[in-house]
Amino acid sequence: MSARDSAPRLVATEAAQQAIIRLRAVHGPLMFVQSAGCCGGSAPMCFQAGEFITAPCDVLVGEVTGCPFYMDERQYAAWHTDQLILDIDLGMAEGFSLPADGGWHFVTRSVLCARDDDPVRDFGNGAAHRSAPA
Amino acid sequence: MKYAPPGQPGSVVAVEPRYENFIDGKWMAPVKGGYSVNLTPATAKPICEVAKSTPEDVELALDAAHHAKEAWAERSAAERAAVLNAVADAIDANREMLAVAESWENGKPVRETLAADIPLAADHFRYFAAAIRAETSTTTEIDKDTVAYHFHEPLGVVGQIIPFNFPILMAAWKLAPALAAGNCSVLKPASPTPWSILKLAEVVQHIVPSGVLNIVTGPGAEIGKALATNPRIAKVAFTGETVTGRLIMQYAAQNIIPVTLELGGKSPNVFFADVMAEDDDFLDKAVEGLVLYAFNKGEVCTCPSRALIQDSIYEEFMRRCLDRISKIRQGNPLDTETMLGPQVSAQQLQKISSYVDIGRQEGAECLTGGHPAGVGGEFTDGYFFQPTVLKGHNKMRVFQEEIFGPVLAVTTFTDEADALQIANDTLYGLGAGVWTRDGSRAFRMGRAIQAGRVWVNCYHQYPAGAAFGGYKVSGIGRETHKMMLEHYSQTKNLLVSYDQKPMGFF
Repeated sequence: MSARDSAPRLVATEAAQQAIIRLRAVHGPLMFVQSAGCCGGSAPMCFQAGEFITAPCDVLVGEVTGCPFYMDERQYAAWHTDQLILDIDLGMAEGFSLPADGGWHFVTRSVLCARDDDPVRDFGNGAAHRSAPA
Repeated sequence: MKYAPPGQPGSVVAVEPRYENFIDGKWMAPVKGGYSVNLTPATAKPICEVAKSTPEDVELALDAAHHAKEAWAERSAAERAAVLNAVADAIDANREMLAVAESWENGKPVRETLAADIPLAADHFRYFAAAIRAETSTTTEIDKDTVAYHFHEPLGVVGQIIPFNFPILMAAWKLAPALAAGNCSVLKPASPTPWSILKLAEVVQHIVPSGVLNIVTGPGAEIGKALATNPRIAKVAFTGETVTGRLIMQYAAQNIIPVTLELGGKSPNVFFADVMAEDDDFLDKAVEGLVLYAFNKGEVCTCPSRALIQDSIYEEFMRRCLDRISKIRQGNPLDTETMLGPQVSAQQLQKISSYVDIGRQEGAECLTGGHPAGVGGEFTDGYFFQPTVLKGHNKMRVFQEEIFGPVLAVTTFTDEADALQIANDTLYGLGAGVWTRDGSRAFRMGRAIQAGRVWVNCYHQYPAGAAFGGYKVSGIGRETHKMMLEHYSQTKNLLVSYDQKPMGFF
């Protein structure tokens, strides 16, 4: 496991933990993947475990209530967060995310890093700049 | 003028209490009988109920599409074009009705739907009607007795999943090339905006042959997944966010089918100092070009959400822009004077607020706006957000992430190289804008910015005939151009020998 897998922290609010337990009773083991981009971007997507095939470019940010939480490493670098907080809010889930019943959805809240040095945490691998031409 | 809300006395839009799925040219109740309430973001009050479908309904839609596909594919290009032209005529004939429905459904100002969304939707059908008539097959003379014929054939039945930001126009972008090329479609509208597309279905119900167009509404986790994973689709097209985009590619890999994806952006809009060389119409146009970040409430994949302004003109140019922003009229989306309507949902409003907070925590300076907007009256509960400008630098999250709201992140650059570096410092590559009076610089910048669409001295124009699609993580494929026909076609090669003699191997 590389340093970037263990450095960040992830926590879940009590409401999110209870929601996970309820969903897991119906769907079995779960996983989260942080989305980005158009429309429902910025939302954490909740799937049955294994539904989303993770790749080397995905950081395992942490686990909440036994569920792994992944995020694209370039995106994670751009977020420069000290802590992600998984929570829930009213309104329907985006994309193919659980729950499908429309009453509530997961959200990710951020506690930002102190910004006294380079503004982007680089993890030493240049991930933040990987896709951008020089 | 102010249009009456759909379903109310005097409105140009009739509303049924409940809408079923549109399958096989008919309205079909969802198999399991579920419905959900569809709200207008303007007041957060219900418009109607729509089917809360399940995978069984997707199967019914696929049954209908597969039943229709051979007859539709066998229709001549002229016949299919005639259907598409009739769809366009019907959209034009119902322009006000569809524009008001779309505005109330999504929250976008009716001035935009009247002038852009609905006329552009009609035009896309006409464009692809023309394009399919002009398609030609090719032959290759392999040798004097052998000819390779290449025929375009439809893929069959395609799955199309469309976003909430331009429900009718995005449906048109996807349906027009698919149907023109001879495919049948099962289309899933975005969960927040299922209804206005059903109003479009009412308009074209007796024009498009039964089963060629099928619309199933409901949650993505149920029916979006059931459609995208289904072995009975030959292609999937999606516009939305990156994780669903990756999932769709993953499902497509498992079924070995093609995908087209449009996954958003964080588009730079670059203003060089020479825009202020004269105080003229062009400068006025450039100011408007910056303020276009508020077009469709910023809920646009190509929203020019990063303004890069050359430092020598920053103060004066921004002063003019902030003055223009202060004149934005926000409120009832059905008032033709309104420029900024409500965000599509409560979730979007909360997300925008949280991004502005993140921007402030990161040290961005809020130049205007920054809060949900109190519109008052019957719109008190609507999802309005003030037009907002944050000044900061490109490493801030508000410069890197798609906020999908009327929030502009603005920064400065020193010279052309600096502008290019900042413009390309993003995961995305969908849109970009370049504003300059220097044609050579415009060309250099336009070619060097890593984005599929670079507007030069304009922005937010979406004519059929200009290819639209993303570089980098912004997606795969090019819409709004005849090249999209290739994404909806197979090539059949007939390799024919006219030689009477055997090859001589056996």
